[in-house]
Amino acid sequence: MAAPMAAGTDPRALSWYEATARQRVAALADPGTFHEFLPPTERRMSPHLPLFDLPRAFDDGIVVGRARLDGKPVLVAAQEGRFMGGAFGEVHGAKLIGLLRAARDLRPAAVLILFDTGGVRLQEANAGETAIAEAMRAIAELRAAGVPVIGLIGGRAGAYGGGGLIAGACSRLAVSEGGRISVSGPEVIETNQGAEEFDSRDRALVWRTMGGKHRRLIGGADAFAADTVAAFRAAALDLIGRAPAFDLATLEAEQARLEARIARFGDCRDATEIWARMGVNDPDAVPAMTTASFDETVARVAEAHHDAR
Amino acid sequence: MTLAEILASLFPEGHAVRVADGLVTGRAPFDGAEAAVIGIDGDTPLGVEGALALSRAVLDAVRAGDRVPILVLVDSDSQRMSRRDELLGLNECLAHLAKALLLADRAGHPTVGLIYGHSAAGAFIATALATRVLAALPGANPSVMDLPSVARVTKLPLERLEEMAKSTPVFAPGLDNMVATGAVHAVLDPARPLDAQVRDLIAGLPAEDVRDRLGAERGGRPVAQAVAAAVAAEARRG
Repeated sequence: MAAPMAAGTDPRALSWYEATARQRVAALADPGTFHEFLPPTERRMSPHLPLFDLPRAFDDGIVVGRARLDGKPVLVAAQEGRFMGGAFGEVHGAKLIGLLRAARDLRPAAVLILFDTGGVRLQEANAGETAIAEAMRAIAELRAAGVPVIGLIGGRAGAYGGGGLIAGACSRLAVSEGGRISVSGPEVIETNQGAEEFDSRDRALVWRTMGGKHRRLIGGADAFAADTVAAFRAAALDLIGRAPAFDLATLEAEQARLEARIARFGDCRDATEIWARMGVNDPDAVPAMTTASFDETVARVAEAHHDAR
Repeated sequence: MTLAEILASLFPEGHAVRVADGLVTGRAPFDGAEAAVIGIDGDTPLGVEGALALSRAVLDAVRAGDRVPILVLVDSDSQRMSRRDELLGLNECLAHLAKALLLADRAGHPTVGLIYGHSAAGAFIATALATRVLAALPGANPSVMDLPSVARVTKLPLERLEEMAKSTPVFAPGLDNMVATGAVHAVLDPARPLDAQVRDLIAGLPAEDVRDRLGAERGGRPVAQAVAAAVAAEARRG
């Protein structure tokens, strides 16, 4: 389904951030193995957006299907951040739920969720919110059945709102510099608490607080990927092989990990204070670090390495 | 009903349920055995500390291994919206609480939500919506976002949204709409003892997630069940 590439263009060199959901999936999978369920030709569109005089998408902003990754069967869902911010509407959410439920029977080597979402689509808010709860329940069942659920986060819409909660339910997460993971977005915090609390126009503050490097350093994500499809593919393959079990021991460990984080960093006002306390030598240099030197920094931070998710 | 009235009706033999900083935790005699209770009272927003206090109580119940029902009583605000909460990984803390409830469910604890006031967004997903069956009391007001905020984001006039809300349950706040969506399974009768009604809910726990079927039957989510079924059928066709 991917758009034809110019001759000589390596699809895996594509910028994850710039690519569409279909380009990401086609290039992430083994070549030619992606098969989409309910493709755009089926035109399963939102029944609700016309009420708001809004344009619809033939796929409702999410691509779901099966593929092979290094020869292994996987199921894949990829949100399209360019359509309504990748937000969860009724059809969008139901496509993810259908995929997760099928995975319970099919037992693929993994389910990959390529997040690119601002959260719930307000025009279909109740359906979106309920779908997020259904997704978290389905992910817990899948993980308990031994199927790793891997989240990949590097799209322009990030993983906000309910997307951030679903991400937190995954077995493992890979994130790039441009990927952001958060519940309340910068604009939401500013609207509710004022610009003194959060100036949403301060992009550096947004990246420091919610961006991929901060999430990786504090252990909110398990791998840091450069902004290419190739890097996310390598991260996904690595993470599938080391997915934690979904059991009491894992959640007890996560409880201890999160409690320790708040005890240790709860008085920090800025991410740079947290990084300094973690032993990062030059916290102010972190945002500009190359992937290679950031990887070296992460390797020295204890909080970044755990099976407690 | 107030939380005190609800607890009295749920636990006529008395209870050891406490409220501190809007967080509800404790145990009580229930149905010949015990029940564990967690919750949020007083329209309190749920931040990182609150989420971890509640998840700890849930994990304690799972570790005890007695498979007692876990009741989740909710009158909350949304997630706490602050720079500090996001800095500290609120998404992980809320997801952790939901996972604790889902783990408890898998470990044999009946998990029953009861929304008796407000709840919204991330706080709703991490608590009431993570239970196997969610009931409400009349007057409860679950929402994703209030209409004036929806008006700001969608750039539609508030009057038009109010008019649309009368006929379109899929976006409008309120209990009736969440019932129509299938998110809320049942509305309880405050005039009758709650303990018997909750016992009935536990006796009739759905074996799997029926929320999209309820949404189709009640008309609040007209296509979700069919779309999910179509995707699953294609996937299984191999």
